[in-house]
Amino acid sequence: MPDGNERNGAKHPHGEDGVSTPSLEEWFMREVWPLEAILMQYLRQNWRDQSAAEDLLHDVYVQVYEAASRALPENPKAFVLTTARNLLISRVRHANVVPIEALADFEAIQTAIDAPGPEQAVIAREELRRLEAAIAQLPPRCRQVVMMRRVEGLSRGEIASRLGITEDTVSVHLKRGMSALADLLYGRPGESGR
Amino acid sequence: MKPENIPATDTRAIKDMAADWLERADRSDWNETQAAELEAWLSRSPAHRVAYWRVKSAWERAQRLHVLQPAGDGQARRNSWNLFRPMLLRAAAVLAAVAILSVGMVTMAPRSREESFATALGGHKVISFADGSQIELNTDTAIRTRLTAHERTVVLEHGEAYFRVTHNAARPFSVVIGDRRVTDLGTEFLIRDDGGRFEVALTHGRARFEAVDGVNNPSVLLVPGDAVMEKRGSISLVRQTRSEMADQLAWRRGLLIFSQTTLADAAAEFNRYNATKIRIADPATASITIGGTFATGNVAGFVELARNLLGLRAVTRGNEIEITR
Repeated sequence: MPDGNERNGAKHPHGEDGVSTPSLEEWFMREVWPLEAILMQYLRQNWRDQSAAEDLLHDVYVQVYEAASRALPENPKAFVLTTARNLLISRVRHANVVPIEALADFEAIQTAIDAPGPEQAVIAREELRRLEAAIAQLPPRCRQVVMMRRVEGLSRGEIASRLGITEDTVSVHLKRGMSALADLLYGRPGESGR
Repeated sequence: MKPENIPATDTRAIKDMAADWLERADRSDWNETQAAELEAWLSRSPAHRVAYWRVKSAWERAQRLHVLQPAGDGQARRNSWNLFRPMLLRAAAVLAAVAILSVGMVTMAPRSREESFATALGGHKVISFADGSQIELNTDTAIRTRLTAHERTVVLEHGEAYFRVTHNAARPFSVVIGDRRVTDLGTEFLIRDDGGRFEVALTHGRARFEAVDGVNNPSVLLVPGDAVMEKRGSISLVRQTRSEMADQLAWRRGLLIFSQTTLADAAAEFNRYNATKIRIADPATASITIGGTFATGNVAGFVELARNLLGLRAVTRGNEIEITR
């Protein structure tokens, strides 16, 4: 009888095949996405061009993916942060625009992450509030469509006829809702929990 | 609407395509051909894959939030279920009786045993069964057990209990809380019912959570770390970390563990175990958060903390201690 130990397991012995895709996806969900708010803050503080932060973040994810698909790191948080720092350093060397001292608060950020921060200390009810808060922040029509799809389990056709819009419009709202929920759930610091 | 198959380098564009794919995969006409196209897109670049995983995980998280909520008006539905509850229980009892009768005819009287167990305020009791299963009752808890050769059923009437179930597929173990049921698939789990608000948390193994009538709501397979909770008539599924679960089970060691807990919630916890009730006078005080570990009976220690560390005042009136600014 399998029990929940896979949650604890840092390594998946897949030999030369590396980490299986489903475990990797699960690992990202458990370890990486919750770091997004703090990573974003770190990148913004250390990169002058604010509009590039989103691209940098995505590059961090790609590099983490490439390393983790070979073997899952022992300490995910430290690994993700180090990846972010190394990426910044290499960009700084290439672009020669940001002084290296700007990266000095890495230690502080790492300490903040190692302490039981909002993400780890979040209790189940706070998670609940957080999800509700994220959904509440969607634009009204988008929220309505997301709720109809998720809560009521209505099909696109049913939603379309209830709201008097086309199915394509329903799809557009759903797609926007999906994107926005990822940003709201992962990109915002945990201030909504209090 | 079809996601384009050109490689994208811009993060925004990739995220946009990822959401596009996810939206397509959510449609009823999603098929294997499309799934193969998606897989091809994902394989083209790790950038595609991480973008897709990210948007998908958020969408699934949001889905799980409401996966158990009754369709339509949750409140109305809940109320109508409450009305039907005694009827359902009676129907279940009749079904059980019928099952016992028919079983009795075939297999030579495997007797059904019904028993009740309860704890008083501040009580704690472990009940062991012949099959090795154990039920641990927390303060002010009442259960009824019905054991037959073919099923083991426990009704949690009120309170909180931790179940360690010896799995037997031929003799399923289920716990009924109101109009919901948890069926063991090899499990340790916690169930708490404080009158109208209940919570089920799974620590080991697998269990299924479903409506007793089995019709109106989707059932959900719980894995370790899952917690189902009810709030104002709607039911949600959330994830808990190991340490959160461990804290929740601290009562088994006679402890209450608080972590970023409001004073109001902490007081409510103490009040479950003690005849002396703590009342927090005003909302501002009630929302102060604290952390710490206390023996369940250590009301005095808690009040001292409020007084000395938080600078609050405590006034005792008979069986009540009022904490105020």
